[in-house]
Amino acid sequence: MLSKRIIPCLDVRAGKLTKGIKFLGNIDIGDPVEAAREYYEQGADEIVFYDITASAEGRAIMIDVVRRVAERIFIPFSVGGGIRTVEDMRQVILAGAEKVSVNTEAVLNPGIITEGARAFGSQCIVLGMDVRKVGETQNTPSGYEMVIHGGRTATGIDALWWAAEAERLGAGEICLNSIDADGTQDGYEIDLTALISGRVRIPVIASGGAGRPEHLYDVLTRGQADAALVASMVHYRTYTITQIKTYLQDRGVKTRMRW
Amino acid sequence: MIGVVDYRAGNLTSVARALAYLGRECIVTSDPRILDGASHIIFPGVGAAGTAMANLREQGLDVWLRQWAAEGKPLLGICLGTQVIFEYSEEDDAGCLGIVPGTVRRFPGELQAGGQRLKVPHMGWNSVAFCIDHPVFSGLAEGAEFYFVHSYYPAPSAEGWVAGWTEYGIRFSAAVARGNLVAVQFHPEKSGRPGLTILENFCRWGGTYAQ
Repeated sequence: MLSKRIIPCLDVRAGKLTKGIKFLGNIDIGDPVEAAREYYEQGADEIVFYDITASAEGRAIMIDVVRRVAERIFIPFSVGGGIRTVEDMRQVILAGAEKVSVNTEAVLNPGIITEGARAFGSQCIVLGMDVRKVGETQNTPSGYEMVIHGGRTATGIDALWWAAEAERLGAGEICLNSIDADGTQDGYEIDLTALISGRVRIPVIASGGAGRPEHLYDVLTRGQADAALVASMVHYRTYTITQIKTYLQDRGVKTRMRW
Repeated sequence: MIGVVDYRAGNLTSVARALAYLGRECIVTSDPRILDGASHIIFPGVGAAGTAMANLREQGLDVWLRQWAAEGKPLLGICLGTQVIFEYSEEDDAGCLGIVPGTVRRFPGELQAGGQRLKVPHMGWNSVAFCIDHPVFSGLAEGAEFYFVHSYYPAPSAEGWVAGWTEYGIRFSAAVARGNLVAVQFHPEKSGRPGLTILENFCRWGGTYAQ
């Protein structure tokens, strides 16, 4: 049986982590390559990098980070943030990333999903979705709306419709972030995750709200997620990836326990 | 030197990086004359079988790979490389290299396990139950998991060539071994330490295995 994946998410600005990550001995690590290596050792199943820099210099620095990560960790990792063209995707993939994620760019120009899938294969293209609960309206019969620009712009697009549409266009995976739950550490948006995961055939990574191991248990069982993204709860060393996986495994959720 | 066959089937840098990490010299090329000088050949790839076969034929690599396999030198197939080693793939209705008798099939439309609907592609970490003693698959912990991404799976004509089984709604052969050839459906270059162990074992392997 396939294991449920636990995926730490690292925010990077100009080649540095935006928040220092505390590891053994509470050493603050600002280098994304070191942090990735540490999570790899803890048993992370995959790593997500989110590049907050938009400038050209920032991108060049990020490509260098990707290259250095690829030399040192041998699990899949994806890079998102500011990817607007197939050429942007190519640079990241050639530098060694397994996958690229598109979010705002895909809503504004859905063709990039198909172009990217044709160029690199669907397995490389992750659709990032930022979703807000708005209740049922004519435009949003599912009760969930797509938001873009990091949550600042509402689109009027129904989230459930967009997930199915992106799968049809060639997305290989969905990273589903609840704007409402994001940053709360109160748990993932279970209903939203179950709704989307039940509709599409591609894997769904749940994101937003993880604070305790039981939150991951809930979203990987009732929420039907295939993978769960974690950030603060591991960055601040409240839990290690190993502790989370052991918790899940003890409760019957299959995770990869040997690495 | 390890030769990595480049036939425009996706990103081969991760295989080259894993070999570099292991301290192995490698060259990624589509030139048969350069590949001729290698001691071991790795045949990776992601993408679709039809396009892969068209690219291989165009570069004369189909003939070259059959010959390499026939000469008894070590050959490792990975993912799409593994699939096109067989005779035929349901993907694109493609005739393939025919180095190992067998076909490549698509996962059934309604895959289920334990009452849950399974998704296709089979993407993520799954365990492989190795069923033979083979130098390339030695030194792996029981229950070691590997990273998979695929919608089609290899079905060799003889079960005796299966080196390891994986369960995903159905049981399929995730690893195949026959003479000087080993082929895996998963990505050893993205499977952490167990994957690196397989690559290292392959680089040390002389290419003989008695069935």
